[in-house]
Amino acid sequence: MGTRTVNLTVNGQAVTREVEPRLLLVHFIREDLSLTGTHIGCDTTSCGACTIIMDGKAVKSCTIFAVQAEGRSIETIEDVAKDGLHPLQEGFWEKHGLQCGFCTPGMIMCSKAFLQENDQPTEAEIRWAISGNLCRCTGYVKIVEAIQYAAEKMHEKANQPTQVQEQEVVA
Amino acid sequence: MIPGKFEYFAPTSVSEAIGLLGQYGSEAKILAGGQSLIPAMRFRLAQPEILVDINRIQGLEYVRETDDYLEIGALTRESAIEKSTIVQQRYPMLADTARVIADPLVRNMATIGGNLAHADPANDHPATILAYNARIVAEGPGGERIIPVDDFFIGIFETSLERDEILKEILIPSPPGGSGGAYLKIERKVGDYAVVGVAVQLTMEDGLFKSIRIGLTNVSSTPMRARAAEALLVGQTPEEALFDKAGRVAAAECEPWADLRGSEEYKRDLVRVVTKRAIRKAIERANGVL
Repeated sequence: MGTRTVNLTVNGQAVTREVEPRLLLVHFIREDLSLTGTHIGCDTTSCGACTIIMDGKAVKSCTIFAVQAEGRSIETIEDVAKDGLHPLQEGFWEKHGLQCGFCTPGMIMCSKAFLQENDQPTEAEIRWAISGNLCRCTGYVKIVEAIQYAAEKMHEKANQPTQVQEQEVVA
Repeated sequence: MIPGKFEYFAPTSVSEAIGLLGQYGSEAKILAGGQSLIPAMRFRLAQPEILVDINRIQGLEYVRETDDYLEIGALTRESAIEKSTIVQQRYPMLADTARVIADPLVRNMATIGGNLAHADPANDHPATILAYNARIVAEGPGGERIIPVDDFFIGIFETSLERDEILKEILIPSPPGGSGGAYLKIERKVGDYAVVGVAVQLTMEDGLFKSIRIGLTNVSSTPMRARAAEALLVGQTPEEALFDKAGRVAAAECEPWADLRGSEEYKRDLVRVVTKRAIRKAIERANGVL
């Protein structure tokens, strides 16, 4: 029962490590890679504090073994602010979407994957999307507003080129 | 919490996986979505010596409709079932089920095959698959066999799969005209197991119940059908008094236990009420209301 080599992409960078098969992905991320923005909340697959994006899908990294990530691409909260604050991070700032902040990385990773699939969500859809992420402080109202803020901002940005083209046609 | 040590294999074909299961016997456990198995391993409720990770096997993730069946690959994620247009339009009871399993993050990993093979009476798919009268395709060293769903669940966490067999596919018979189904789950919060869940699939003909199957979640140690309630309804004209009676019969024939989700009496009463609601909703859908 030795170790195995795992090769994966983490935040755009190729990573190779020797791991025990029983090592959970969240422990791999936090301890082997020292990326401690991904949190461990409940250890029972309930809270979503450990949410990361793997091959485009938001998943709970406490419920995946590191060896299962072989060949896959994962994204953690550390990558989100690489070009300045992401609209989601701005939203959480502007709308007071956090109090203690423990659930925030998971909330942001979950919402990021969700907004990639649905950039004009209703409030009900947002609440559905984050229903696997627990927050014990806010009561969720401010988190939902933060995600709405980000959705509007991202949608606006995504549609800018089209508007420019329309203006050109009119002109 | 840290799981116990195990040896890890990631076969790339079904036959290779079957070979590993044959070689290691009861020490080996299949890892599919892992959303039940890994939590159990973290608590050391499960300590398999060997994990056979089937996620590297190509061609087990699909939802497609043929003339006779909806065919679902065992590794199909719950999120894919939830979002499938065919499922939403033609198999609404299955869509009902997928969207109430655990939470959206878990559903991105969790598989329908794992949900069934785990045979947890608290899982949601067993009841609906029983109501659909599905067939389970298993492959072992001797080739494939088809297991009728009524013969699949044989005990708590126990199925009729042999140790060296893999659940490969689920076949749901295409519903004839006049069919409808619904799955209703009562849960305390998102992500929790059902307090009670009721799955109803029925076919109407000339204004009468031609056939009906009712599956129940988390009210018996083995996933069960409410056979007495079904028998009461077949051949009858749908009417409120009859639904009420069917609810009472289902409440009497299930075998719930008291736990944090409620007393036995409370759960029976929920079965009574939810069975009625599920029958009404299935009839609405049989009449074309989605």
